[in-house]
Amino acid sequence: MKKTDITISWFLLGLLTLITAYIFIFPMLWGISTSLKSEVEFLDVESWGIIPDNITFEHFVYMFTKSSMMTWYINSMMTSVGVTLLVIIISMPCGYALSQIQFTGKNFIFVCVVLSIMVPGTALVIALFIFVAELRLINTWTGIILPQVISPVCVIVYKQFFDQVPKELREASLIDGASEFQILLRVYMPLNWGITAALALVTFIGAWNNFFWPFIMTTKTEMYTITAGMSQVDEAWGVKNAYMMAVAMAASLPVVLAYIIFQRRITQAIMLTSGIKG
Amino acid sequence: MNRNIQSNLTAWVLIFPFVFFFTVFLIYPFAYTVVHSFTDSPLIGWGNWVGLENYQKILKDKLFGKSIYQTFIFVVWTVIPNTVLGLAIAMMIHRIQSTIYAAIILGCFFIPHILPVTVVTDLWTSMTSNDLGIIQWIVKMFQDDPIPFFRHKVWAMPSVALITVWWTVGFNVLLFLAGLKMINPEIYEASEIDGANRWHKFRFITWPLIWPITALVLTLQLIFQLKIFDQMFLLTGGGPYNKTMVVLYHVYKQSFMMNKGGYASAIALLIFLFIIFVSVANYYMLRAVDLDKQR
Repeated sequence: MKKTDITISWFLLGLLTLITAYIFIFPMLWGISTSLKSEVEFLDVESWGIIPDNITFEHFVYMFTKSSMMTWYINSMMTSVGVTLLVIIISMPCGYALSQIQFTGKNFIFVCVVLSIMVPGTALVIALFIFVAELRLINTWTGIILPQVISPVCVIVYKQFFDQVPKELREASLIDGASEFQILLRVYMPLNWGITAALALVTFIGAWNNFFWPFIMTTKTEMYTITAGMSQVDEAWGVKNAYMMAVAMAASLPVVLAYIIFQRRITQAIMLTSGIKG
Repeated sequence: MNRNIQSNLTAWVLIFPFVFFFTVFLIYPFAYTVVHSFTDSPLIGWGNWVGLENYQKILKDKLFGKSIYQTFIFVVWTVIPNTVLGLAIAMMIHRIQSTIYAAIILGCFFIPHILPVTVVTDLWTSMTSNDLGIIQWIVKMFQDDPIPFFRHKVWAMPSVALITVWWTVGFNVLLFLAGLKMINPEIYEASEIDGANRWHKFRFITWPLIWPITALVLTLQLIFQLKIFDQMFLLTGGGPYNKTMVVLYHVYKQSFMMNKGGYASAIALLIFLFIIFVSVANYYMLRAVDLDKQR
């Protein structure tokens, strides 16, 4: 490593980095700060500090005791966890079969999976909406979950990972009389907890953040997910800025926490799903 | 022979869940959209077969032309700054030597990316709200009246683009950072001995070596930003005077608001074909770049 020479340009670049980072995180700080202010303090032009004069949790207390937020939170949690579990359960065996077993139609299936990455989900929304309506799944968790469970990217990441596992491992197990299911569950799955965790995290974040699908297929207030429900809060509350920010901060808490705790896993997942080996 | 049948059977059991959902929630809706686009159906239910009429209508639809143009403008406003800024920020983070400090700074740029879109729009609505938003406070240093950013016919599009860049740049920073880490530091050291300055190092080492990542970022960004809808829906509603009407918003309006399901399906299908075209073109471009490098 080169010696760190403290020059003017080194100092200026460091300062520039700090300032840019502050500008980028500022909206979040603004959100946190506003959510902890009373409406009165927010309206007070004199008190513009990023640290509130009087920290209050009244908006959060109100939100979880008197508003529909708790229901929306539960809806979001259940549907996102549902999507995540199903994506993993569906993608892993598919990736395994595509990687390890020779079978008729293998290449065809793989080409379909690769091509489907390009399909813009938004173009299919009308057809999906009608279909889900015909199945009478409007305003249900199932209806929110099901169209989100196909993840071609996850299948491909699993396939690529299984491709790298030495062939001898599977052959030895087959000779020992293990079935393909046992090999997947006892040998391959324990080998890839890291990748499973990474994919599960990004799938969860994606499902939690999904706005348009839950938004168009829920018509009852009590079925909204938090991401979809939030857009209704503004209308209902008009100018209540501080309350709106409290809702926004509560809605982002799970994903932001997930990122802060699992920063490396999420980075790894993004590399894998974008096609860079991380 | 027996073993062959058995492994076929096992394989199909393993892939069945995926293939099932794939058929039901991807192939079926796709086929439905194709058929729907040749009819004058309302949003729900079937209408009469009209052949290519919807597609002829698209050609004459002025709002469609406008929405295509505005989607293109939006793509230019977001993809280019996003790529340039992404690389610049990644280079700033790359030179930080402390792992924890680098993680914190990276977090500052990446956290916006994992926020739900409704949080993004609420934050910026609040920051630009007329009397109390901090951005209006800055505006007031230059002029007396606040600017209603999302209802202003000049400002609406760049404002949404700027917010989108803030929201999505973290993803590109991650990709570029991974690319920078792959460059062997010895190349830089060798060039220093040859008397290379900062610009030389960037122009002749970083830029060519990072090019595959740049191409990847451009592709992913292009496909992602073409699908712009949520932010327009939440911030501007396509207005003012259709100034932020983008193509997917047009689809939404035709189907869910004007109940022209068949016509909307036709537009959706065209967008779909266009995105596939862009992806395939990019794939071959990327391959061409790779081949150049091997030579």
